[in-house]
Amino acid sequence: MVMTREGKTYIVSAIVEHKPGVLYSVSNMFRRRGFNIETITVGASEQKDLARLTVTIKGDERMVEQVVKQLQKLIDVVKVSILDPEFTVTRELALVKISTLDTKVRSDVINYTEIFKGHVVDVAHDSLVVEITGDSDKINAFIELMKPFGLKEIARTGITALSRGMKSARME
Amino acid sequence: MYFLTMATKEGSKMVKMTGAKALIESLKRQKVEVIFGIPGGAVLPIYDVLYDSDIKHILMRHEQCAAHAADGYARASGKVGVCMATSGPGATNLVTGIANAYMDSSPIVAFTGNVPRAFIGKDAFQETDIVGVTTPITKCNFQIKNAKEISKIVNTAFYVASTGRPGPVLIDLPKDTQTEVDDIEFDDGISLRGYKPNIEPHPLQIEKAVKLLTQAERPVIIAGGGVITSGASQELLAVAKMLVAPVATTLMGKGSVAENHPLSLGMLGMHGTITANKIVPEADVLLAVGTRFSDRSTGKVEMFCRDAKIIHVDIDAAEVGKNIRPHVPIVADAKLALKAIYDRLVKSFNKKERSLWMQRIQEQKKQQAEMENKDGMTPPHLLVELRNILPHDAIITTEVGQNQMWSALYLKTYKPRTFISSGGLGTMGFGFPASLGAKVACPDVPVLDIAGDGSFIMTEQDLATSVSWNIPVTVIVMNNSVLGMVAQWQRMFYNRRYSAIDLGKIPDFVRLAEAYGAQGIRVGSSEEFIDAVKKAMKSDVTTVIDVPISPEQNVFPMVPPGAEIDKIMIG
Repeated sequence: MVMTREGKTYIVSAIVEHKPGVLYSVSNMFRRRGFNIETITVGASEQKDLARLTVTIKGDERMVEQVVKQLQKLIDVVKVSILDPEFTVTRELALVKISTLDTKVRSDVINYTEIFKGHVVDVAHDSLVVEITGDSDKINAFIELMKPFGLKEIARTGITALSRGMKSARME
Repeated sequence: MYFLTMATKEGSKMVKMTGAKALIESLKRQKVEVIFGIPGGAVLPIYDVLYDSDIKHILMRHEQCAAHAADGYARASGKVGVCMATSGPGATNLVTGIANAYMDSSPIVAFTGNVPRAFIGKDAFQETDIVGVTTPITKCNFQIKNAKEISKIVNTAFYVASTGRPGPVLIDLPKDTQTEVDDIEFDDGISLRGYKPNIEPHPLQIEKAVKLLTQAERPVIIAGGGVITSGASQELLAVAKMLVAPVATTLMGKGSVAENHPLSLGMLGMHGTITANKIVPEADVLLAVGTRFSDRSTGKVEMFCRDAKIIHVDIDAAEVGKNIRPHVPIVADAKLALKAIYDRLVKSFNKKERSLWMQRIQEQKKQQAEMENKDGMTPPHLLVELRNILPHDAIITTEVGQNQMWSALYLKTYKPRTFISSGGLGTMGFGFPASLGAKVACPDVPVLDIAGDGSFIMTEQDLATSVSWNIPVTVIVMNNSVLGMVAQWQRMFYNRRYSAIDLGKIPDFVRLAEAYGAQGIRVGSSEEFIDAVKKAMKSDVTTVIDVPISPEQNVFPMVPPGAEIDKIMIG
């Protein structure tokens, strides 16, 4: 849980029906109730016909409680849990394109990428694309480092998360 | 229509038929007796099946009225109301009615046609994304993908609409799913992993509630629409009597307790009774059942019953803690929760006298009664007189604005489901089509719409429906030739700068009624008014009674917007 001026960041994990319109009704609920989504990711889960949706939101405990209740109220949302950061693995992936007109820059970028355990996934004459994975702080740090080199484009996936150990947000 | 029956592995029967036929069969299995609707291009296959069906279809004159009529039918009967419209404008015209049903938790299922599947997303003629439009104002909605799934989706829709906290569900049928022929299986199963309406109260929470109620010196109950929905009036009264706890209702809860009962405080809120608004803030323990603590009932919410311990019973978990943080939250059906509280109290509760507390309530009631002691053509007086000649089971619907608040204040309600009003959305034009739906549901009781001239004109075209389908109701138009509630606010809060409120004594409501083949009566005194109502109730045709009143009339008592609930203005 990261403390910010606006409040804590909470991670809400939901198991939802994997069908058209569900993401719309979920995101529409957030808009309608004035809850701000920081990041939202959605993809297949381990269960057939169900998807896992991970939302990070900033706010206080009362607001997050209400988010959970409003989510649970949606017919296509099967299960909702707030993930406790102490017992949760969170990951985000970013693709970062850096302009590398001189070779010094190029080798510096490659060095930093190795330190951050990233991968160079595209090489052109004048640019590199680096894939970097980790928690959001690590990605923020990498992006800060790249800024002086000529950062051209960033694409971030948003946070996805799973609880550690045998605790699960599965639909039984 | 041809049928080809074959037995499946499980022995259930599959029948070859069109999607439209499957829809109507599914409605019959849901025991639907009446559909309020208007046909159009995208629902022609359904209407072709309806032609041979014994389900009654009432042709409305505007889709908004179809949805309101279904809503009125649902509220009067407790059954699911059904409405139907074509694609595009037919569908969007339903939207106000669906939103209204959503805000007031009324179970309706709305059917819309849409363009054929191949045209969806192509902006074809009369295409609209009605599923997208209605997502935030339905409990859930569906677009049919093929004829085969119609039966299951209809079952699901009726189940969702009528269980938990009831509400509207919409089913959108692309035209070619209506004509598609397939093997249709009618099983009554539904599949909903994400929907489990939690109805049993948690015993530990009941225990906590009972402890608070037992210790209470000045317990007060607030009853909302949830008490009516769950049919919990008896349980409510039993708990109230045992505790000697007075009961205030919200607008939606009007009728959950008979308003002539000594423990009834009447309605709470912005236009609540003096009794309710004075007594509720004095509570030390507040038991709120089936209410969402709307801004119109609490006034300034941060100040509302600040020192009271609050027990909040609601079937919708998302309402518990949303506006007010209760000390004891109970997510449960109102009837089951009240029964559990009663059963637990019966064992241990020592009846208290509370004579000082009761005396205090009687004093407030006297003050409230003085508000009714007016005479002549004033709405409080007229409505008190009206109540005296109406049977207790007469159904009142209202429009929205002054007419609605006068009705809520001065027309005492004695039974659940006999006061039907647009509470949450505040839809002018709701009362008249809702009265038609209520009359269809309860043909043997008088149904009266208390209207204003501004509201009635918004849906008066359905006088045609009422006359041609022989649905006689009485419309009482409190005619001040202005948008009365707006005028009242401009008078009170905008320095009498009357902006866009003058309706110019148009139309002549007597001649308007007559133009539709209805009966029109204009009255000039309270005696004439009562005579006209008596005549209307005997009539087999709808009657519009034009009641000229002063445009300067305000609704009092009133709590100014944003003020604490006991800051009551009485004139």
